[in-house]
Amino acid sequence: MDENKNYNSPEELLDANAEEVKEDINEINAGVDELTDAEKPLDKNVRLLSPTRMVIRRFLRSKLSIAGLIMLAALFLFCWLGPIVYTKWDETETDYTVNADYTVYEITAENGGDTVMYAQVVVSYNDINKLAKPSKNHLLGTDEQGMDIFTRLMYGGRLSLTISFLAVFLTSALGIIMGGLAGYYGGAVDNIIMRICDVLICLPTLPLMLIIGTVLDSNEVPSDYYIYLLMGLLSVFSWPGMARLVRGQILFLREQEYMVAAEAMGYSTPRKIFKHLIPNILPQILVSMTLSLGSMILYESTLSYLNLGVRIPYASWGTMVEVISKRNDILQNNFNVWGPPGICIIIAVLGFNFIGDGLRDALDPKQRR
Amino acid sequence: MFKYILKRIGISILILLGVSLILYILLRCMPTDFVEQKILALYTAGVDVSPEFIEEMYKSYGLNGTILEGYFSWLWNFVRLDFGTSFISHREVLSDIFNPGRLGTSFYVAAIATVFEFLIAIPLGITAATHQYSFIDYLVTVLVLIGISLPSFFFGQMLKDLFANKLGWFPVSGMGDKTVSLTGTAAFIDYLRHMFLPILTVVILSIGGRMRMTRTNMLEVMNADYIRTARAKGLSEGKVIYKHAFRNTLIPIVTGLAGLIPSLFSGAMITETVFDLEGIGKYALNAMTQGDIPVIMTYNMFLAFLSVLGVLMSDLMYGIVDPRVKLA
Repeated sequence: MDENKNYNSPEELLDANAEEVKEDINEINAGVDELTDAEKPLDKNVRLLSPTRMVIRRFLRSKLSIAGLIMLAALFLFCWLGPIVYTKWDETETDYTVNADYTVYEITAENGGDTVMYAQVVVSYNDINKLAKPSKNHLLGTDEQGMDIFTRLMYGGRLSLTISFLAVFLTSALGIIMGGLAGYYGGAVDNIIMRICDVLICLPTLPLMLIIGTVLDSNEVPSDYYIYLLMGLLSVFSWPGMARLVRGQILFLREQEYMVAAEAMGYSTPRKIFKHLIPNILPQILVSMTLSLGSMILYESTLSYLNLGVRIPYASWGTMVEVISKRNDILQNNFNVWGPPGICIIIAVLGFNFIGDGLRDALDPKQRR
Repeated sequence: MFKYILKRIGISILILLGVSLILYILLRCMPTDFVEQKILALYTAGVDVSPEFIEEMYKSYGLNGTILEGYFSWLWNFVRLDFGTSFISHREVLSDIFNPGRLGTSFYVAAIATVFEFLIAIPLGITAATHQYSFIDYLVTVLVLIGISLPSFFFGQMLKDLFANKLGWFPVSGMGDKTVSLTGTAAFIDYLRHMFLPILTVVILSIGGRMRMTRTNMLEVMNADYIRTARAKGLSEGKVIYKHAFRNTLIPIVTGLAGLIPSLFSGAMITETVFDLEGIGKYALNAMTQGDIPVIMTYNMFLAFLSVLGVLMSDLMYGIVDPRVKLA
């Protein structure tokens, strides 16, 4: 809307608007252009978009959503196709090239009134090629265990993304079932489920994860599926958000006429819930899932950073950043070790946030654009 | 109103009971709990460990008996405000956690960060809403979404590397310069210099949520009929925005203030660890990774209590701020 444009007369403004409207209609009717005006049926002048198509159009109009899609597509390609194309190093393969490090110390000494400078060269031989700088051999260098960072970045991404997806799906499934039951049956069921929600929401997430991590640790859970178990348990505690959303929507939809019709048709309860209620809440569920994918990646990486997630030698983005919590020298000198995984985390989370934000705007019925 | 508050307090107590039960059961799932490790450590150190001594250890840590027995004995002690003794530091949990220095550090960081968060996020949100779909809206949205997407540990370390290690503008970590003893203004400035980077981390990570909320609320208000009326009356755009629109977005902002209670006192675990601040978050993180049951229980109950309080307060604030809302 251009409120700032100056029009000399109301007629001019009307004309300008008419032009705009005409253009819009022409664009819409591009398909029926072959017909002459007289032949055109009246309803062809106004084409109705189905709600889904309208949402897709609105979604794709936003530049941020497109940016998010591109970012995530690039990351997924990198993580899943990357290791197939780039097979030089393996995820847990250590580079055993022997190399030498030189450290030069300058020593100043007094010698009969003169100040003499000595240079002491300390040569240390490493049996593994650790903390190598980026080169042709190692595109992003190696970490402190002599493993190729570029390769680990791809495998780490697979793990981080897979875990987050699994956790979000599990959380959403639990949330939808519990919220659906609470909203549909109401009464005592609703009361019990909602009170459980209240309790679970009051449990602080990060401390809870730390406790679960410690408990799993002390039970000596094998590191192969440690992180899966941890994130699975996280889902058991984090479904209340989704449940509340689903319940609220179902309470509203339950009173709609079409549900009365479904009742009159004698449909079974599961059919009513899963075929008639859930599809109507799907948009909100989708937005919430997309946004929580981002936060799940953050949780996973934070846990790995706190040494409670994926264990070395396996890689995840969080684990790869973790070295700097212990080694200040790596923090200062080897950005190639901890920078790339951190940037990958940011890209992934940002991508999901962009898409979630775009979806929310596109699905908002109050939006007029 | 009074009845409503009483009812809510009753529900809150039930919630806290539920929280404590879940936490206690979770903690008791550790098979090699702290006591066994401790006894083992004593044994390997060559100390003669008698069965009576082991019994005594279990008793003093409240771990003898079944889970339920243990829970009720813990609950009984908790109600009497006897939070037990830390397994690690062997000091009373009450004085150990709620040490004024420790709680104070976390509180100052959170409080200052919150003030800046509001000062930055709200004007940004208003600007983004009033210039919806313009370049500035996109720019602000992208920047704050990047802020939300930053992992706190990565961002904190990055700031530390850049501003402390490379540029040397701020100290790397810790609470104060230990090499010199400072007094008065110099000490205060030193303290501020140490706090700058942690606060910056917290602010940048938290601006996003607040700004998005302000923007959404503002957009909703801008579409309201009374804004059209205000415009139709011929009021200036500034008056429309700040006098008519912004005031109506204050309701969620003010109620959001009460919801901040938990974050003010709970401590920023990761940030405090990255910058090595002696706050409650770092202390709790350490306790949690080492399985210090009394500290874990007390800290988490404290957090749960704060969040219950936050929800209750923001509901009450809602009733006070918005006359249309009736609490019952």
